[in-house]
Amino acid sequence: MEDGKIKGKAMVLSGFDQEESAREALEQALKEAGLAREAIGIIVTTGNGRKAISFAKGDVTEARAAALGAVFLYPTARTVIDVGAEESRAIKCDATGKVLDFAVNEKCAAGSGAFTEAMARALEVPLEELGPLSLRATQTIPMNAQCAVFAESEVISLIHSKTEKADIARAVHDGLSSRVVAMVRRVGLNTELVLIGGVAHNPGFVESFKRTVGLDDVRTAAEPDFVGAIGAALAAAE
Amino acid sequence: MAELQEFWRWTEYTWHHPEMDWRKGKRLAAGIDVGSVSSQALILVDGEIYAFSNLRTGSNSPDSAHKAVNGAMKDTGMELSNLKYTVGTGYGRVNIPFANRAITEIACHARGANFMAGPKIRTVLDMGGQDCKAIHCDERGKVSNFLMNDKCAAGTGRGMEVMADLLSIPIKDIGELSYQVDQEPPPVSSTCVVFAKSEALGLMRSGWSKNMVLAAYCSAMAHRVSLLLGRIGVEDQFFITGGIAKNPGIVKRLEKELGIESVKTKYDSQIAGALGAALFADTLLQKGTQ
Amino acid sequence: MIANYGYKDGSGEFFIAIDTDKCNGCGDCVPVCPPRLLEMAADEYDPLSEKTVAAVREEERKKIKYTCAPCKPASGRGALPCVAACEPGAIAHSW
Ligand code: SF4
Ligand code: SF4
Repeated sequence: MEDGKIKGKAMVLSGFDQEESAREALEQALKEAGLAREAIGIIVTTGNGRKAISFAKGDVTEARAAALGAVFLYPTARTVIDVGAEESRAIKCDATGKVLDFAVNEKCAAGSGAFTEAMARALEVPLEELGPLSLRATQTIPMNAQCAVFAESEVISLIHSKTEKADIARAVHDGLSSRVVAMVRRVGLNTELVLIGGVAHNPGFVESFKRTVGLDDVRTAAEPDFVGAIGAALAAAE
Repeated sequence: MAELQEFWRWTEYTWHHPEMDWRKGKRLAAGIDVGSVSSQALILVDGEIYAFSNLRTGSNSPDSAHKAVNGAMKDTGMELSNLKYTVGTGYGRVNIPFANRAITEIACHARGANFMAGPKIRTVLDMGGQDCKAIHCDERGKVSNFLMNDKCAAGTGRGMEVMADLLSIPIKDIGELSYQVDQEPPPVSSTCVVFAKSEALGLMRSGWSKNMVLAAYCSAMAHRVSLLLGRIGVEDQFFITGGIAKNPGIVKRLEKELGIESVKTKYDSQIAGALGAALFADTLLQKGTQ
Repeated sequence: MIANYGYKDGSGEFFIAIDTDKCNGCGDCVPVCPPRLLEMAADEYDPLSEKTVAAVREEERKKIKYTCAPCKPASGRGALPCVAACEPGAIAHSW
């Protein structure tokens, strides 16, 4: 980021070595920006591995980075909902992106993107197709299991009892969104929502989420994976 | 998976008292425990154990209950109509057509454990394939504090199955293999089975042996169960039932963590639920005929 | 008897503990709970007692962390309606 404008960005899958992954992402972003490593004044990290990156000058919490990034992109945003692979959080913030309140679902796969990953595996469909598949559902069926492991067995027995995969996929998204929405209610629900994080790519989840909160439309970040990194860059600029 | 699940199932058998004559008895009471994996029936004659069976649960509860009670009555000449009071328990308890009443397995396990292991039993842990129950009871086997965890797979037989599957190790060997390590590793840090799986893969990549991973997982599970027990208050004497009772990889680590040894009895711990149900049936029978 | 309804999962311990010895069967907690999580029923865990006591409805027991969420804002949490309504103090939450 230069003078508040994004110059380059990159995303790599986190490998076993977080430092290595971070370095790779940085190099790709520099390439895109056409800059040399020396041109970077300051590097700030965020996310799960934020403390593990030795070449960074500082780090900000995921909640702060998400709020800063979201308000930068969508100035009216006041509630940021970040649904990532391993955890999800709801953040209430003010016009400057300052965090006022936040709630998090963590350490239980049932409350994050890991849930949809496991269910896609049980349904034997690629993760990217789970969302579109659920949009073709014709029925709402309940899912009782509240655990990713028990839900896998439930999905398998639903398949055996000849339930349509599309209906199962919808039940999966409804389950996850009810858990995410519960967390949003802990910080207070308002209409200035922005959905960020990897799971925001999933149209099936977004649809369920809208149904669960009872809103016709929910704003989804255009590039939901980068909001946190943008927030970290803004924190670095400060 | 078929082979893995075998671990939670036990050899089917039936037994009846070789000398007792049920026809001389006044109170014939039965308890039927229809679980997700196995079903037991137990018959009390005047409050004494006369016969029982321990069989696999079939595809539906009514059939499994019939099979179990017929198994217990096998070669005795007794018929269903001879039973004066029958209590059903276990997850299929509401679907036993010939039962006079259904009672939760928590109450039945406490009552059964009290009979099997004596009135000094205060804590009963039942770890099955799908849930984990911790019960605190008084000297009469009456529940004084309990919790049941059937929401989360961690800390149930299911979590263990997932790990066994990941490492391609037969689940019955887990206990033993988990002790074949040079030194006890620190426990796996993620509780969630899904995240523990990724953690286990990471540990293997960094050079841990399968046995080390098993040891780390077993001790994480033992630790988790000890925390659950802490909530209801664990006291000497302590009794373990359910499939996990047969996995030394967890039981021994749990005993070490609690600093208490679990009580062993001459009875098969799997009949605790049916026994408790039959004891309630016997009590209710006496109440009714007073 | 203390009945702990709820669960422990990777994210924490979520139990509603109801002390059935303290519960007087008045039923005041039932209508105050916005999602109607509680009910009055025969004490399932003490089959020989005739008392009617408060319990968490069975179908709600695996998701109380989520269902109770609106009563438990991330900050500025007041008294829980169920706990406040219970005169003998029979209800406690672990989180
Ligand atoms: S095992 Fe299931 S309930 Fe337990 S923490 Fe993981 S996903 Fe959540
Ligand atoms: S905290 Fe609220 S939702 Fe939960 S049981 Fe009490 S009144 Fe009901």
